[in-house]
Amino acid sequence: MLGYALRRVLTAIPIVLITITVCFFILRLAPGGPFDGERALPPDQLRNLRAYYHLDEPLIMQFFGYIAGVFRGDFGPSMVMKDFNVSRLIGIGLPFTLMLGFSAFVVGTLGGMIAGAVAAVNQNRWPDYLLVAIVLVGIIIPNFLMANLVQLFFGVYLKWLPVGGYQPGSLIHLVLPIFILALPHGGRVARLVRGSMIEVLGTNYVRTAKSKGLGTRLILARHALKPALLPVVSYLGPGLSYLLTGSLVVEQVFSLPGIGKYFITAALNRDYGLVLGTTILYVFIILALNLLVDILYAWLDPKVRYR
Amino acid sequence: MTQVLKAVTTAGALALMMSSAALAVTLNLGNGGEPGSLDPHKVSGDWENRIVSEYLEGLVTEDAQAKAVAGQAESWTISDDGLVYTFKIRGDAMWSDNVPVTAQNWVDAFQRLFDPKTASEYAYLQYPIKNSSKIAAGEITDFSQLGVKAVDDKTLEITLEAATPYFLDALAHYTAFPIRKDLIEKFGDQWTQPENIVGNGPYKIVEWVPGSYLRGVKSDTYYGKADLKIDEIRWDNTEDLTAALNRYRAGELDILTDFPADQYKFLQDNYPGQAHVAPFLGIYYYVLNQSKPPLDNINIRKALSISVLRDVIGPDVLGTGELPAYGWVPPGTGNYEGTPYAPDWAEMPYDQRVEEAKKLMAEAGYGPDKPLKLQLRYNTNENHQRIAVAISDMWKQIGVEVELFNAETAVHYDALRAGDFNVGRAGWLLDYDDASNTLDLLKTGTKGTDGTINWGNNYGRYSDPKFDELMTAASSELDLVKRAGQMHEAEKIAMDAFAAIPIYWYVSKNVVSPKITGFEDNAKDIHRVRWMTKSE
Repeated sequence: MLGYALRRVLTAIPIVLITITVCFFILRLAPGGPFDGERALPPDQLRNLRAYYHLDEPLIMQFFGYIAGVFRGDFGPSMVMKDFNVSRLIGIGLPFTLMLGFSAFVVGTLGGMIAGAVAAVNQNRWPDYLLVAIVLVGIIIPNFLMANLVQLFFGVYLKWLPVGGYQPGSLIHLVLPIFILALPHGGRVARLVRGSMIEVLGTNYVRTAKSKGLGTRLILARHALKPALLPVVSYLGPGLSYLLTGSLVVEQVFSLPGIGKYFITAALNRDYGLVLGTTILYVFIILALNLLVDILYAWLDPKVRYR
Repeated sequence: MTQVLKAVTTAGALALMMSSAALAVTLNLGNGGEPGSLDPHKVSGDWENRIVSEYLEGLVTEDAQAKAVAGQAESWTISDDGLVYTFKIRGDAMWSDNVPVTAQNWVDAFQRLFDPKTASEYAYLQYPIKNSSKIAAGEITDFSQLGVKAVDDKTLEITLEAATPYFLDALAHYTAFPIRKDLIEKFGDQWTQPENIVGNGPYKIVEWVPGSYLRGVKSDTYYGKADLKIDEIRWDNTEDLTAALNRYRAGELDILTDFPADQYKFLQDNYPGQAHVAPFLGIYYYVLNQSKPPLDNINIRKALSISVLRDVIGPDVLGTGELPAYGWVPPGTGNYEGTPYAPDWAEMPYDQRVEEAKKLMAEAGYGPDKPLKLQLRYNTNENHQRIAVAISDMWKQIGVEVELFNAETAVHYDALRAGDFNVGRAGWLLDYDDASNTLDLLKTGTKGTDGTINWGNNYGRYSDPKFDELMTAASSELDLVKRAGQMHEAEKIAMDAFAAIPIYWYVSKNVVSPKITGFEDNAKDIHRVRWMTKSE
C-alpha cells in the first residue's frame, strides 16, 4: 500500500514540473506583456521596470531562476499586487478559499444526498418533480447570475442576509457565497444519488426486503444507501477540486478575500509570477485530490494496487 | 466596595467606548478594483488613488471641485521666470506617528520616485522637475542634482526645467506625495502594511484584507482633523458592478464609483438624483494607422470620421449620454481659454456627410465594386464592442467592410504600439488639468540612439512639424493666453488632418446615497472624503 502511494507521489512530481515549464514559456511567448497597459511608458521607465522584475535577463536564466525560487518556496513578486509577493498572497487567500470550498462541499454533498434520496423514494411524484426542477436550476443557471438573483431576493428585497462584503468572524456574510458555490455541486450529487438509488431500489434484494415487510427507512439505511453512494464517492474527488479551484466568480461577486480571482486578474495583466503561482497551486490541489481518491480506491480494492 | 466601584467604572467605560464606536460615522465606498499597492510610487489606478490620497497628502491637495488648494504647504511663491517654486510647509503638519512633516520628506520622495531602482510607472508626470528625467534614465547618478531642495525643515524649493503652467496641479498627484525614508529603510517592501504604514493625510490605514476591503480611521495628527465629519472609511473591492449595485440598493454601500451603463435608466427611475453622470476629462477615440496605406490618405481618414454619427453613441449605444467629440481637448480643461474646436462638417445633416464621405471614398478609388477592407481592433469590453458594431455599420454605408477584432487589453495595446492595426480603439483620461496632456498624444515620436522612433502613446503615428513646433513653443510659454492660442492652433492642425477620430467625451459615473453631502461632481472625478458628511 505504501509502495503504491509512493509510486503515485513520484509520478506526480514530473507532472508539476512539466506544467510549470509549459506555463512559464507560454506566458512569456504570449503577445502583450505586463506593462502593455493603456498608457505607453517612456523607454527609460520601461527599462527600469524590466530590470526591476529581471525581465531583461535571458529567458532561460529567468526560467532557472524561477525554478530555484520555487524550490525555496519563493514564487517571486506580483506585478499587479505590488505590495505583496506571490507566496504571501497565496498564504492570505488560500485558507479562505479552502474554508469556502470545504464548507460548500459539505453543504452541497449532504444537501445533494438528501435531495437525491428523497427524489428517488418519491419517484414520479411531486417531491421528485420539485427536487429535480431545483437541481436542474442549480446546475443550469450560471453562478454569477444565480448570485445576483439571491443577492436581490435575500439581500435587497427581504433584507435577511448581507448582499456581499466580508467581515472577519461573521458567518452570516458567508451564507450566500457558500450556498451559491454549493448549489451546482449539490445538484450533481443529487442527480447521481437519485439515479443510482432508483436503480438499487429496483433490484431483487430490495424487492425481497420489501416483500419481507421491512419498512422503507430500514431498507434505505440497511440495503439501498451504501450501494447507491458508490458513484457519488467517485465524483467527490473531482467535485471537491472543482469547488476549490472554481470559486473565482463567487469571490468576485461577494468581494471575498480568496485566491480564486487573482488567477484571472493576473492572467489578464500578464502578472507572470501570480499566474504561475496560482497555476502551480491549482495543479497541486487537483493532483493531491486525485491522488487521495486513487489511494482510497486502492485501499478499498487491492486489485488496483497491482494494475 | 472598591471592587464594586471598579466594576461600575469599567462597565461605564466599556459602555462609553461601545456607544462612541456605534456613533462613529463610517463611509462605505464601493471602490472598484483591488489596490495593488499603497506605495505612491507604485500605484497607477484611480481606485488606488482614492485610498492613497486619503492617508497621504501633498504640498497641494484638491478641494471638493478637485481644484488645487493648499495641502501640507500653507503658502508658496513662484519666481518671475516660472522656474522656481518655494513652498512653506505647515508648522502643524505631522505624520500619524507624531513625527513632524519636513521638507526633507519631499526631497526623499522625489529622489526615490526618479531612482531607476524604484521603477515607478508614473514618474514621468513629474518630469518638469529639473534633471528628473535624466536621473530616471540613469544619465545622472548624483541625486543632489535633482531640482528639489530642502532650504530648511519647513521650506522646500523646487526648480523646473522650463516654466510649466500646470505644475501646481501636477503636485496634487500621488507621485508628488512625501514619504518616510526611515520607515521604508526599516520595513522595506512591507512599509505599506497596516502594522507599519504611516501617513500625513486625514485618515490612517488600519486594516487591509487583500481581495476584499481596506479600512481607514481619522488621523489624530492631521492638521484639519476637527473639520473631518467622517470617522472611518471602508473601501470595498467591487469589481462586479452588478453585485456592487445590489449592495448599494441594500444600503451596504454609500457611494459607488461606477455602475453598469444599462442600469442608468433604472437608477433614474427608482433612485432619482442618486446616479451622478458628469463630464469627465477624457476622450474616447479611434486611432487611424497613418504609417501605411490606405489610412495615410487624408480623404479616407476624413470619410471615416465624418460618417461617424457621434450623437447616437452616448445616448443610444451606451445609454449614459456621453457627449459627442469633434475636437481633441475635453471641454472644461484647464489653461485652455478660447473657442472649442468645431469642424464645419459637424453641423451638416448626416445624410449630406454620408454623401460627402462616399465622394471622398470614390476619389480614393473605393466604391461599391471595390470596398475598402479594414480591421477594427478593440480591447475586450461590452461597451467597446457595442460601439465598434455601431460604427462598422455606419461605415458599411460608405463602402467600408470592417472586420472586428477584439483582444484582451495587453494584447490590444501591444498591437497598437507595434503599428499592427488599421483602426484601433483607444481612450485617454487626463493625468493633470491641462490641454497639453491630450495634445501631446499627437506629437511626433522621439528618435532613440538605435535610430528607431519611440511613438509613445501616438499609436496612429500622426506627424506634422508645424503641430510639433506649436506644442514645443507652448510647453514653455508663460503667457497663458498666448499659450492657449498656440495649443488651439495645434489642435486645429491635427483635427483638420484627421489625425484620429474623436468619438465622445468621457463621463464619470457615480452613485451617491442621499445620506452623503459634500460630494460634488467635477471634471476630474476626484472626491476627497474630507469634504463629505454622512447623515444616518
